[in-house]
Amino acid sequence: MEIVAKLQKQFMDFISALYRERFLDDQFLQLQKLQDESNPDFVFEVVSLFFEDSEKLINNLAAALQQQVVDFKQVDSHVHQFKGSSSSIGAQRVKNACMAFKTFCEEKNIEGCVQCLQQVKHEYFLVKNKLETLMRLEKQILAAGGRIPDLS
Amino acid sequence: MVCEMESDQTEYMEMEVEVLSSMWPEDMNENGKQFNIDWPGEDQDMLEEVNINEDSTIVDFKRLVELTNYSEKGSSQLAYLVKNWEYKQENAVRLLREELDNLSKQQQESELKKLEILEKYQFEEERYGGDKRPISILDEELKRYIFQEAPRKRNDVKIQDKLEIDAEYDSIKYWKQRATHLEKLLETSAQREQILTEKLQESIENLERQSSPVEELSQILKRADNFLHFVLQNAPVVIGHQDNELRYRFIYNHFPSLREEDIIGKTDVEIFTGAGVKESQDFKREVLERGIPAKREITFDTGLFGSKTFLIYVEPVFSKAGETLGVNYMGMEITDQVRKREKMAKLREEIAVQKAKETELNKTIHITEETMRAKQMLATMSHEIRSPLSGVVSMTEILSTTKLDKEQRQLVNVMLSSGDLVLQLINDILDLSKVESGVMKLEATKFRPREVVKHVLQTAAASLQKILTLEGHIAEDVPIEVVGDVLRIRQILTNLISNAIKFTHEGKVGIKLYVVPGPCPDVKQGSHKRMASDHSKVLAKICKEDKCTSPSHNALDRKGSGGCKDADGANERFMQNGEGNYSEQNGASIEDEVDDPNQQETTVWIRCDVYDTGIGIPVGADTARKYGGTGLGLAICKQLAELMGGHMTVSSKEHHGSTFTFILPYKVSPVCDSSDDNEELSEMDNHDTSSEGNDDDINSGFFQFQPRTLGSLFSSHSSGRATKLSPNGFGYNTLNKTNGFQVNSHSFPLDSNTSKETGSVEDACSVADAVDTCSDPESSFKHTRNSGNPSTSGREQNINGVLDHTPCFSSPNSETTNSDQGEITEKIEKSQIPEQPDRSSECSSSKDEQISKTSLKPKILLVEDNKILVMVTRSMMKQLGHDIDIVNNGVEALRAVQRHRYDLILMIINGARGDNALSSPVFAADDDVCMPVMDGLQTTRLIRSYEESGNWDAAKDAGIDEEVSPSNSLQRSDESSTKRIPIIAMTANAISESAEECYANGMDSFVSKPVTLQKLKESLQQYLP
Repeated sequence: MEIVAKLQKQFMDFISALYRERFLDDQFLQLQKLQDESNPDFVFEVVSLFFEDSEKLINNLAAALQQQVVDFKQVDSHVHQFKGSSSSIGAQRVKNACMAFKTFCEEKNIEGCVQCLQQVKHEYFLVKNKLETLMRLEKQILAAGGRIPDLS
Repeated sequence: MVCEMESDQTEYMEMEVEVLSSMWPEDMNENGKQFNIDWPGEDQDMLEEVNINEDSTIVDFKRLVELTNYSEKGSSQLAYLVKNWEYKQENAVRLLREELDNLSKQQQESELKKLEILEKYQFEEERYGGDKRPISILDEELKRYIFQEAPRKRNDVKIQDKLEIDAEYDSIKYWKQRATHLEKLLETSAQREQILTEKLQESIENLERQSSPVEELSQILKRADNFLHFVLQNAPVVIGHQDNELRYRFIYNHFPSLREEDIIGKTDVEIFTGAGVKESQDFKREVLERGIPAKREITFDTGLFGSKTFLIYVEPVFSKAGETLGVNYMGMEITDQVRKREKMAKLREEIAVQKAKETELNKTIHITEETMRAKQMLATMSHEIRSPLSGVVSMTEILSTTKLDKEQRQLVNVMLSSGDLVLQLINDILDLSKVESGVMKLEATKFRPREVVKHVLQTAAASLQKILTLEGHIAEDVPIEVVGDVLRIRQILTNLISNAIKFTHEGKVGIKLYVVPGPCPDVKQGSHKRMASDHSKVLAKICKEDKCTSPSHNALDRKGSGGCKDADGANERFMQNGEGNYSEQNGASIEDEVDDPNQQETTVWIRCDVYDTGIGIPVGADTARKYGGTGLGLAICKQLAELMGGHMTVSSKEHHGSTFTFILPYKVSPVCDSSDDNEELSEMDNHDTSSEGNDDDINSGFFQFQPRTLGSLFSSHSSGRATKLSPNGFGYNTLNKTNGFQVNSHSFPLDSNTSKETGSVEDACSVADAVDTCSDPESSFKHTRNSGNPSTSGREQNINGVLDHTPCFSSPNSETTNSDQGEITEKIEKSQIPEQPDRSSECSSSKDEQISKTSLKPKILLVEDNKILVMVTRSMMKQLGHDIDIVNNGVEALRAVQRHRYDLILMIINGARGDNALSSPVFAADDDVCMPVMDGLQTTRLIRSYEESGNWDAAKDAGIDEEVSPSNSLQRSDESSTKRIPIIAMTANAISESAEECYANGMDSFVSKPVTLQKLKESLQQYLP
């Protein structure tokens, strides 16, 4: 049981650090609340979907920005999608980067967009890393027979 | 001698010329600077070329002479002229005299010489002839004179030397020589004498030629005069002299408008009349009296020369004795200058005003900007606060659903209510800032005031925790259906009602609705009378009037009165038919009278009183603390009312109650709908025999919600029944009787369950569902309903029945509904005509009991392209107890709406983009990342268009074909089309751009992303009753 408590503490510390460092916001909390017995893997599913979606979007964005004539509408729509999904999952920093990205998009500023793509990418991989760690911790807790600590 | 004379002569000549040439101009300059006259030399014809109009000077010569004699100035001037002339003449005389002296001296000399010579000759003769004659003393004297004189002159000396050299003294030769010499001298002398004589003659002639002093003087005067004329000929100047009685003695006016005799000898006042004349006269008199020259600007307005401004210079003229003789007067016309000056002054003033305004404006702009910034800040802050707060509140809500002990629950409840309060406050602030910043746009939708009042009261009654009676009175003249922003109006009503309930501890709270004349009561009064006398005529007239009036703001007043008339007319009609009911014939007849119904749109002003028997508005300030609340509610109400073109007032009596009144203009288009209605009506005639039945539920003028203890049922005191004949109903070609009920069910949802028709049942089910899922107050509401109230009408009993049996309703077959309809209607009628309820009607409506509980759940459609959002939203909805249908884009959404009937649609709006990028169907599915093929706004528009028109033409125009499947087409056209599906937008941005856009496109509400459980719950509660 000791290991469970330790893992749980680790989990709590980690997740509160995530909130503190603003990787995640309340929306993630909402997701966690939505997870219940009937839907035990909800967060995991959503997060996985987010990863999948995000990587596609990043690829699309990179491709779109490499075009000779950049279709800003399309870029904007991708960024909008990205913003929507990141905000739905509570990945605050990705969302904020997306907002900046959108601004450059509206200005049709290629350099700004490219920079923002890097930024978005960076933030995405950061949050992905964190989320993966979080998921792993959750799994370990569950594997150890523990319960995911209640966040509230 | 000769040389001497010549040199002398030249000297004289020079002197003469010098004096003559310099004399006049120099003197002129020295003595009188008044005349700076260029002495005319070669340019003398300069003046000759100038045509001088001498007529312009009108002189009283006698006076002039007098003047020059008596006035110091005149005499000095004259004296100066005379002196000048005298001097000149003296000079000439002096010169001549000198000349004469000279000449006479010479003559004397020469005569003396001649005498000497003669004497000498005599002496010689005497000597030679022996004639001895004594030399007189005189001769001796002469001799001595000569000898004395001679040596002084070099000539003589020379001559004498010569004489000495040439011959020996006292020889004959010597004397001969001397004689010839003397002869020669005599000769030259004689010659000179002749010259001098000639010169003298010439001088004398010259002298004679010199003009007389008078002539000279007059010439000078004339010249000066000419110069003056020359200078003044075009000057807008009037010069004059007036005597001490201010009678004109002299006037110069280049543009004379009067003849001499009209002016000379008269005063200003005698000559002119009009403004300024008296003033100038007085001014002259003043100068005369004070003896000091002065200037003044006087504006004349005389009949003679119109309105002109003169700058007048007046100086007094003194006699030698120092008494004033009169005034010299000089006026210059400066009308243009004055005008210019005035214009300039005006301009300067304007500029100053402009500048002041500008600074004022800048200040205002600055302040406004500051205010805007502050407001924006407030809005942003509120928004920022709202998100985390809603998190807190929703978490608290979730927490409250978990297992808690009593104490914990209490705490959580406090948390919840506090959180709700703060949320409400922030929402209010956001609302207010939206209104103030003009972001809030109004929506014009058709709605029924009665319904709104009823719903508001119903809602209030449902959550009422006091023993209060809630009632609503709607005057009969209030139109059945009006156009306005129902959401906002509801907001105001709800706010006022909850406010009233809050401050009322016993008694009642109510809403009164009636038509008021609007801003122009006079017109209404008149028309009202006419209406009474001959309404049909007036109606026709109204039509004309209304057609004429444009929808401009200006026309609003007239329209308003038109609306009133209309309402009155309709009202009268109802009266004629009796019992406050109106039949279809009525509707039809109205329509007959109106020539062009589609053109008609009038404005009606409806006054809404929300009254209570509460504590009134207390004087003390501490009440706010006691009762709590944000205090923003009323401010918002007022702002909203004003935004909608109306106003809000309050009257209150402490401890007796308050009445909040708002008067708003609404558009009414009664006949527009009755054209649809007509078809509906005629169809109804075919299907329904009870066209004369009680059908004015929609017109019911009174609702009452008794205190809970007596049962929270509302009672509709009017004997209403399903309205098939509403002139404002949603009518379609496919409509049948069911539609009639549907209309009714819309206005009175609980009631419609009696018709057993699917849509209504669903409606009722959703109610039932809501009741089931909702917490305590609601269920108690249900409970009391079930208990029943003996005094309620049959219909209400029905409702009770329906509610009781809801869970076991079967899904009714629409076809059977149709066939059963007539029978049911009859039954209902039977059940209603006797006031006492007939339980059997309830049974008849609940005979099919196969409906399962799940199918009673509201059907919700989510239109969202973001998978993650979809997942999250679905999960949330699941937690809220709803299953949802999901489509990815607008086209699919339309298909889904065509296929099924939904109670609620959650629609994605890609808020930040507006609709420009999204409305273009360019971004078709691209891998998983797909843009909606049609964006939410467009989709909503199409759905609304379908709801209004009953067909999908608009969608077809947009390229979406209707999927016709026989299994559902019937059902759809029967029911779903008649009811407005609530559509909630899901937007990325909460306040800025999306809200107005959402409303403008026909959405009912919006939820800002990211969607939270709390937000979803709120929205669902609002639209799934």
